[in-house]
Amino acid sequence: MVSQVSFSLEPNGFVAIGAYVTALLLISPDAKSYQYAIADPYPFVMTLQSNFVVALLLSGFLAALLALVLSFPVFRVRGDYLAIVTLGFGFIIKILAINHPEVTNGSLGLNDIPEFSNLYWTGGLAIVAVVVVLNIVNSKFGRAMKAVRDDEDAAIAMGVNTFKAKTLAFCTSAFFEGVGGGLLAALLTSISPDLFDFFFTFQLLIIIVLGGLGSTTGAIIGTVLVMGGSEWMRFLDEPMNLFGYETTAMPGMRMVVFSLVLIFYYAFCS
Amino acid sequence: MDLTMFMQQMVNGFSLGSMYALIAIGYTMVYGVLRLINFAHGDIMMVGGFLGFFGMEVLGLPFVAAVLLAIVGAALLGMASDRVAYRPLREAPKISLLITAIGVSFFLENAFNVFFGGVPRAFPVPAYLEVMVEFFGLMMPMSAVIVPIMTAFLLSVILWILFKTKYGMAIRALAFDVGTVNLMGIDANRVITLVFGMGSALAAVGGIFWAVNYPSVEPMMGVLVGLKAFAAAVVGGIGSVGGAVLGGLIIGFTEVVVIAFFPELGGYKDAFAFIFLILILLFKPTGILGIDFEKSRF
Repeated sequence: MVSQVSFSLEPNGFVAIGAYVTALLLISPDAKSYQYAIADPYPFVMTLQSNFVVALLLSGFLAALLALVLSFPVFRVRGDYLAIVTLGFGFIIKILAINHPEVTNGSLGLNDIPEFSNLYWTGGLAIVAVVVVLNIVNSKFGRAMKAVRDDEDAAIAMGVNTFKAKTLAFCTSAFFEGVGGGLLAALLTSISPDLFDFFFTFQLLIIIVLGGLGSTTGAIIGTVLVMGGSEWMRFLDEPMNLFGYETTAMPGMRMVVFSLVLIFYYAFCS
Repeated sequence: MDLTMFMQQMVNGFSLGSMYALIAIGYTMVYGVLRLINFAHGDIMMVGGFLGFFGMEVLGLPFVAAVLLAIVGAALLGMASDRVAYRPLREAPKISLLITAIGVSFFLENAFNVFFGGVPRAFPVPAYLEVMVEFFGLMMPMSAVIVPIMTAFLLSVILWILFKTKYGMAIRALAFDVGTVNLMGIDANRVITLVFGMGSALAAVGGIFWAVNYPSVEPMMGVLVGLKAFAAAVVGGIGSVGGAVLGGLIIGFTEVVVIAFFPELGGYKDAFAFIFLILILLFKPTGILGIDFEKSRF
């Protein structure tokens, strides 16, 4: 959810925060006691424990809190510079996760996360998120955000506190990215810093741009198109019979086709 | 740490910084004319490294010929990427351009991954680049001497093109105002393609130096280096070629020298470029050689 023309390239960082918070709260002390291979965990890491709902909420709140702190430096710049600064922060979060094995188990990541996520949780929370976001968009704050999105200078002239509007949008999206990270951790059952690479953010960026920037409906349609499409294209990785030629399995072929489709769609259809 | 050791690290930093600088110039020039963060630039550097590798291993070319092959190949690839992925979008919103840049980046990474495999391949470094030379009491491999010299040479070529030739004048004019350039009868598209060719050629040289230094090539080698070089371009002041070189050297030096003095910070090596970037943008958003984007370029 990026509601300004300046877009944040940081979702991977917030998703990572959410995923680690949920993972630390859900993994049983027993499972924690044997998986820290690089360094001994801090005592408080061993005592962290909660149920799934609390873990998800905490993931969201901590991500939003971080967004609040980061909004002070981030919103001093606009446009492309904002994209670059957020890209940098997202990367620094990943580096921090690698370098604090006492909490995150470093590059080995955390394993044996109980598998709480299922279609009801993820789908249900996605619906909740859409309802909440639509409510915000149609509120006073939402109108301020839209004004900033359409023309920041005009919004300033109209007396809109643009910093507040941007920070609210940033924190709201960080909250849902954190919750999404928690769901991801409880779906995959194991996480590591490499999961939260630039690739993750770029994928989200493709989704929202394809669906239409600043549109909530667009974000949903974009997700269905991109994720559905890339699952559908899995057959490309398998061995195939092309006009009588037997090809061998080529893992990664679907990403080649996906990126070509993306380039040609934008070059010739937009 | 004694003086020799310190000087040794300075040389290493200079060599690493030169590589960042070579790649950063391409970012800064493309940003100057198109206002596009060309995310595919790091992958063009990777292709340059691979072309050098293939030139030597498959075609059996000598090193210098393989470098020339990589330069020509990468320049053609850069121009082709502009023709296919960016030129149709000149009038489109900037964000579409960014998405096709990410598309080109994914395409190059995954295509090389599928066809040549993701396992790093040893780069056949010629023996004369590995010879240790003594230089005022410092021992260093020949490559550490050649890399900065080549960078300085290529930089002067680029500056000569930019400031002494008609094409360079067109590039500077384009960075200043696209509309007027078209009115002057200059084919803006041709000039932009030329910029991509020049940037990609430099990236290929950077890629080969990288492959010589860490003697291997692999499809993902360009991702992090590319982003760090971009950070270098912004630190130096994006849009300025001199700034890109300065930023590259600063980030290269920092990575080497901080690790030499504080080995315990080694894990954060890859974050320095971004920390620098954030600090610079917060205190001087236009970068060190700050160019006011409303006034002049390069």
